[in-house]
Amino acid sequence: MSLRLLAWSALALLGAVLPWIASDYYIDVASQVLIYAIFALGLNVLVGYAGLVSLGHAGIFGVAAYAAAWLVAAGFGHLPAALAALVAIVLVSALYALLSLRATGIGFLMITLAIGQILWGLAYRWIDVTGGDNGISVPSRPAPFGLSLMSAPSFYGFTVLVFLLAVLSMSGFVRSPFGASLKGTRDQPRRMTALGYNVWCIRFAAFLFSGFWSGVAGLLFCYDEQFVSPGMLTLGSSAEVLLMVIAGGSGTLAGPVVGAALVVIMKNVASAYIVRWNLVLGIIFVAIVMFMPEGLVPGSARLARWAYAEWQRRRRAPAALGSER
Amino acid sequence: MNQGLLLAVNSIAMGGLLFLLASGFSLVFGLMRIPNLTHGSFFMLGGYLGISVLGKGPDTLSQVSLWLGVGGLPPDLAFWLAALLAAAALAVVGGAIERLLLRRLAGQELAQVLVTLGLSFIIADLCLMTWQGDPIPLSPPPTLRGSLPIGHVVFPIYRLATVLIAVAVAVALWLVLDRTRLGAMIRAGVDDPVMARVSGIRVSRLFTLVFALGAGLAGFAGVIGALILSVEPGLDTDMLPLALIVVILGGTGSLPGAFVGSFVVAFLENFGQAWRPEFAYFMLFLPMLLVLLLRPQGLFGRHAP
Amino acid sequence: MAFQVDRRTFLAGAAAATLPLAPAIAEDAGVRIGLLTVKTGPLAQGGIQMEQGIALFLKQRKSLLAGRKAELIVADTGGNPAGAKTKAQELIERDRVDVIVGPLAAFELLAITAYIAQSRVPLLSLAAADDMTQRKPNPFFCRASSTSSQCNHPLADYAAKEMKLKRMATISEDFAFGYEQAGGFQRVFEDEGGRIVKKLWPPLNTADYTPFLAQIEGVDGVWNGFAGSNPIRFNQQYAELGLKAKYPVCGGWTAYDDALLKSFGDEAVGAVSASWYSSDLDTPSNKAFVAGMVEDYGNIPGGYAAGTFINGMCIEAALEKTGGKTEDKAALMAALRAVALKDTPRGPFRFDHLGNVVGNVFIRKIERKGGKLVNTIVKTYADVSQFWTYDEKAYLAEPVYSRDYPPLKS
Repeated sequence: MSLRLLAWSALALLGAVLPWIASDYYIDVASQVLIYAIFALGLNVLVGYAGLVSLGHAGIFGVAAYAAAWLVAAGFGHLPAALAALVAIVLVSALYALLSLRATGIGFLMITLAIGQILWGLAYRWIDVTGGDNGISVPSRPAPFGLSLMSAPSFYGFTVLVFLLAVLSMSGFVRSPFGASLKGTRDQPRRMTALGYNVWCIRFAAFLFSGFWSGVAGLLFCYDEQFVSPGMLTLGSSAEVLLMVIAGGSGTLAGPVVGAALVVIMKNVASAYIVRWNLVLGIIFVAIVMFMPEGLVPGSARLARWAYAEWQRRRRAPAALGSER
Repeated sequence: MNQGLLLAVNSIAMGGLLFLLASGFSLVFGLMRIPNLTHGSFFMLGGYLGISVLGKGPDTLSQVSLWLGVGGLPPDLAFWLAALLAAAALAVVGGAIERLLLRRLAGQELAQVLVTLGLSFIIADLCLMTWQGDPIPLSPPPTLRGSLPIGHVVFPIYRLATVLIAVAVAVALWLVLDRTRLGAMIRAGVDDPVMARVSGIRVSRLFTLVFALGAGLAGFAGVIGALILSVEPGLDTDMLPLALIVVILGGTGSLPGAFVGSFVVAFLENFGQAWRPEFAYFMLFLPMLLVLLLRPQGLFGRHAP
Repeated sequence: MAFQVDRRTFLAGAAAATLPLAPAIAEDAGVRIGLLTVKTGPLAQGGIQMEQGIALFLKQRKSLLAGRKAELIVADTGGNPAGAKTKAQELIERDRVDVIVGPLAAFELLAITAYIAQSRVPLLSLAAADDMTQRKPNPFFCRASSTSSQCNHPLADYAAKEMKLKRMATISEDFAFGYEQAGGFQRVFEDEGGRIVKKLWPPLNTADYTPFLAQIEGVDGVWNGFAGSNPIRFNQQYAELGLKAKYPVCGGWTAYDDALLKSFGDEAVGAVSASWYSSDLDTPSNKAFVAGMVEDYGNIPGGYAAGTFINGMCIEAALEKTGGKTEDKAALMAALRAVALKDTPRGPFRFDHLGNVVGNVFIRKIERKGGKLVNTIVKTYADVSQFWTYDEKAYLAEPVYSRDYPPLKS
């Protein structure tokens, strides 16, 4: 336990002093890690706690970014654009949920994939609205309460705030009765129905919660890049965030964050040294699904516990060990 | 007028190619209950291997061509040999993936899907490493060159040939499924895996065989497809969604479903691109969504995914 | 085996390992030239040649420019705007380059222009986005190749006057470079009495052009603006569907670039195109350039390689003026824009006050000579400006060429 606390404090400290010790480039990478961590935390609500695997979440991520970018490019201020984007996030999440919750398992996965592809198709080809391959440029970042976010450290600070909000809301959600009942629908949907719970309603609310944070991440991404393009909505983008959740450990809070850090750092930093980073990611992913299906965070914790217990056991009974065999 | 005719002829040709791609996908989906997200990668890898066997690639694998002596063969024969070799290679790859990876996750369908997803990342990067980023076109063998007049338009022969190849493959697959013991076992497995197992069919060996068959078909389709599409990075993620739509429309595990679905998708894509380009993909994926929602078992299938 | 670590990234990696997060502090490492290019996807064919062109230039100068050592750092954008942004950031913030050559595509350039102006790093681009030197000029930008429309203005003049075409269709990729090329062609062609009756826009990653080609009817010629490796597929399918026999075809410089000739077959013979570069041009520096390319890479070079080679010459000339200094970016930029060279692979050129090139445009026709395809120069338009023969003020008062501008006259 104390080890975990130590790890978290070290990370928090690093996060806090980063703007003073790192160059703009690494600060920006850190912002991206946090943005994808929010995205992965959002998806994790469904994958980890509801047992519903979505391969279309990039659609929500993208719609949020496009809504804001389109409105800003059309001359609206950042505040109305962001508010409208939030409304769009809720609407599109509700649409996803209404359509996809008719099924679970592979069926759910296929429906979310289809919706994601439809949204990608519109972003890619409905040129009059989306600009297609040309994308939409966002000339500036918002300035909440007059504080400009144009510099890398200030934007990082803003992202940290949103990230902390997301983590707080997630941990509250996990401990709440609602979180418990969602896990119930994952493990024992029939029993939950028999107990009088409305499984569909619980899942619907969970989808909105999941979609909301995924969309917020999309909004942050649009401010970070100051540019949106159909690449955000591809099947590959949906797969990547799912990879983060599964690799880090679904159904935990730290897992998706670690997964996001792994992928973003591989992509941005390691890619300069390891040309075949995609291959490495793929191998890591397959290995995790095969051998550590609970993900890196719970998996390493399990290994550490096992090693510790083994060490204790050997220390206590070194003589007994030999005679056992 | 000519425009509609040309689009229709091209749709039929593309439909043939899509059937080659989707038939194997459908069998795997029907039997093992999982969408194999590596299927597009199998198609791309098949195309690349075919190109290398013909000695057209930029890679060291093209040496294989010399070693096999393909260069010395008549070009027509060499082309078909390349297609068959690619199919065989992919069948081995597919069989190995089922045996070594998916088998260990038997019964955990979501985990299996995730493994195929991870594998698609790996294959895409291996292809990029081996064949680099340039699109590689493959020119048709001599007997399939030239164009044929149809009404007031002319149309390249090799594209028409894909329909004939597709029909031949469809007939062969139908014979296997309908007339052989293996086919009977596959059908039984698709219909009811529990009953099939109880009645003494070794379902696990069946899975390996069907997965290898599906991968082999995808590899074969990749070589035929290289004539029309040229092979390049990203071809995998272009083709996988098309195979998905076809199989969802037609119904998983259904051969007639895959056949009809292929042509429906090809027509939607061709006419969509020409007449409503801004909604081309919308019109392609909307039917898939509608079928998933309203008739999850597809037009000809028996099971919802 | 699976991990290719090249020397540069290895050195950078070693540096990063000792100083994990601190900003890279360069001891006089020399002039750092960043290249933003595309090494994957349909535009990779051109992107790889961009790298070859500047690499050959540095090799010919023995990596010494105005007495300083020059180092090249290559970044692959993947041929999309988001990738261009990320890689530009990497080059500027991590690798601390003094000047950037690239990117390749107009839509990549448009995604990074604001960032470049903000970070004040001189950019010499092959990307042709018109407005970069027109309505939204960027003070840290100059372009020695051409705007998207620059070569298509004279091409339209040639199509109307010499090819005597009256009704044409245009087909080009559905992105900024395509719109601006087609727009330039349409404007001049229609000003000289011709008529564009159909504009087609297949997406960049189109495998099968048939659905688009099926719509070409009732014209007497076709213009295309394809780029990268797409021209190979386009011309093949254009011929297979029997269109080549009916409608003569012409195109921009990327559509019939000299470097593509080895990949074309008979389907491209007779195609007319306009380019700011020709490998046939008889100048000393072009001879040396072509010979070097053939020797090092076994290819006749086209505009992509020539473009970055010429960019290298511009950097060299500017450094000579600043005495090799790169710290004062504004002075370096002013020196770059003042460059006017007599002997380059494209012939003499200078920059206008917006940083865009004024130079020759060649009209070429593909012919088969001795079993090989060649781009024979049939006409040279001298000193072509980005505004063609129009008045600059009036030209800039109109909107930039786009998907719907100029509109089709119905």
